Amino acid sequence: MAEASTTGTGFSIRRLPGFTATAVVCYVMLYAPILALVAYSFNAGSSIAVWEGFSLHWYGAAWQNAKVQEATLLSLLVATVSSVSATILASMAALGTTRTRAYRGQMVVYAMINQPLMVPEIVTAVALLIVFALIKSMTGYQGLIYLIGAHTAFCIPFAYLPIRARLEGMDLSLEVAAADLYATPFKTFRLITLPLLWPGIIAGMMLAFVISLDDVVITEFVKAPGQDTLPTYMLGQLRRVITPEIHAISTALLSISVVMVSIIFLLNRNKN
Amino acid sequence: MSSPGSETAARSPDVRPPEAGQLSSYEAASRKSDVNRNYLLTLPALIVLALAASGPLLVMLLYSFLTPGDYGGVVWEPSADGWFRVFLTRDIFDDTLRLQDAHLTIFWRSIKLSAITTVLCILLGFPTAYFIATRSHHTRNMWLFLITIPFWTNLLIRTFAIMEVIRNEGVVNNILMAIGLTDEPIQMLYTDFSIMVGMTYVYLPLMILPLYASMEKLDFRLVEAGYDLYATRFRVLRRVILPLVKPGLVAGSILVFIPSLGAYVTPRVLGGGKNMMLGNLIELQFGQGQNWPLGAALSITLLAIVMLALMVYVRTAQKTSDTHG
Repeated sequence: MAEASTTGTGFSIRRLPGFTATAVVCYVMLYAPILALVAYSFNAGSSIAVWEGFSLHWYGAAWQNAKVQEATLLSLLVATVSSVSATILASMAALGTTRTRAYRGQMVVYAMINQPLMVPEIVTAVALLIVFALIKSMTGYQGLIYLIGAHTAFCIPFAYLPIRARLEGMDLSLEVAAADLYATPFKTFRLITLPLLWPGIIAGMMLAFVISLDDVVITEFVKAPGQDTLPTYMLGQLRRVITPEIHAISTALLSISVVMVSIIFLLNRNKN
Repeated sequence: MSSPGSETAARSPDVRPPEAGQLSSYEAASRKSDVNRNYLLTLPALIVLALAASGPLLVMLLYSFLTPGDYGGVVWEPSADGWFRVFLTRDIFDDTLRLQDAHLTIFWRSIKLSAITTVLCILLGFPTAYFIATRSHHTRNMWLFLITIPFWTNLLIRTFAIMEVIRNEGVVNNILMAIGLTDEPIQMLYTDFSIMVGMTYVYLPLMILPLYASMEKLDFRLVEAGYDLYATRFRVLRRVILPLVKPGLVAGSILVFIPSLGAYVTPRVLGGGKNMMLGNLIELQFGQGQNWPLGAALSITLLAIVMLALMVYVRTAQKTSDTHG
């Protein structure tokens, strides 16, 4: 593998032998399986090993599968409600925890907000299973609130981090100027802080949406029978005979994530 | 919630001097209301987190000390049986205590596979992060973005993708047979090997991103100085670059090791039920095993190992910042 030379043929202090080759292997390794998966979603035949020509057949099949439809709707519903509520809660928490000097209970607040990032998902999932089973046996309520509540909680840190980063990088002089010009605190917030904060809020909401849409473990343990989201439906299908229908669903989910992450990337680049 | 001392020191990036004596009573009152406002703003998020994240962990701790019910759930009678069974078992014939071999095997496999995964991620991720850090400023973001994309895509889908590659009818086996290295497909799926490959594949971006963050700040004048003093490439790597990027290396290792240890999806899909890891053992207690207290005790044990790893990380991070700053 030829190394891409950055400074001509001479001795380069930046180059280390084999590093570029390894990096190329790494990129190929990261993308080849995903691209193969996407390619086979367009396979005409029902085999996942033999290529039989291009077709959108499996997208149609997935689209017409009632279970896939239900799972898609539920996934979108849970992800939308959870990401919006998590973003509202996280924005408020970010406003409450930045620009302050150390206050009492600060460590507890940070630990609680970041807990979903540190505790293994399986542990949270099992703990939620226990608590929700207890609540279910006491109230008899089986609805979606458990799923939405759990998703909202683990989405909070993902929404919180970009919003907080945005707040910390914000120039305070504009707000001080607004206050000097007799703007009320609410007016300052609405006309100055919120517009400046907006890219962070959008980024946070999209991250939360992607995280909620992709979640398998916590959903698998919290869902009531029949409450399948797309990832848990797929997890169930992986145990059976796999058809390219799964490839089609995967490709659709992948596209949503890629689009969202690209938008976040562009939002951040504009900032710099 | 606020003492007279804390309310005056509540806001930090402030133009006005913070001395308490210089504050008018109006300012003091407004700062006190700032503190209260901050608590009020943070409270709703904390309530949701307490209900659906922190609180349940405490309930689980309680459940680990209860008696298992016959068909799952618990009987509200205190018992240490759950904790007892994490590592021990009672012989069904002569009632003697023995080590629970099956659990020890799974603990050992989890730790072993996570450690190997971490090492593999370092071996692949270190050169890649270095590659990105040495690109020009224009292309650097693009290379980094290509690492971020897999990081944010569905873990289940990526596990499924790697499963397709190493299946008996998959690309790898097809290539091996085509070049004549083997006559029949090598069984890679549903082995420890496939779990290891899968975890390396899905967690690799978690190693590259923090490593890159350290390498980005690498001062190449120091590298140049090393070469000027006749150091070999390997020596420069070991004595100059490695010590400087150690914080990123440690952070990356922790970020890979912790989710590997608690992995559930990857071993379930690629391990095929036989090759369980801790996450799957925990699930078993809430499914067929019907022993919730044992499942709770196992979860808390896993959590304790993770916290231990995090504490080691914080220690190392502090030590590095002490010596370098």
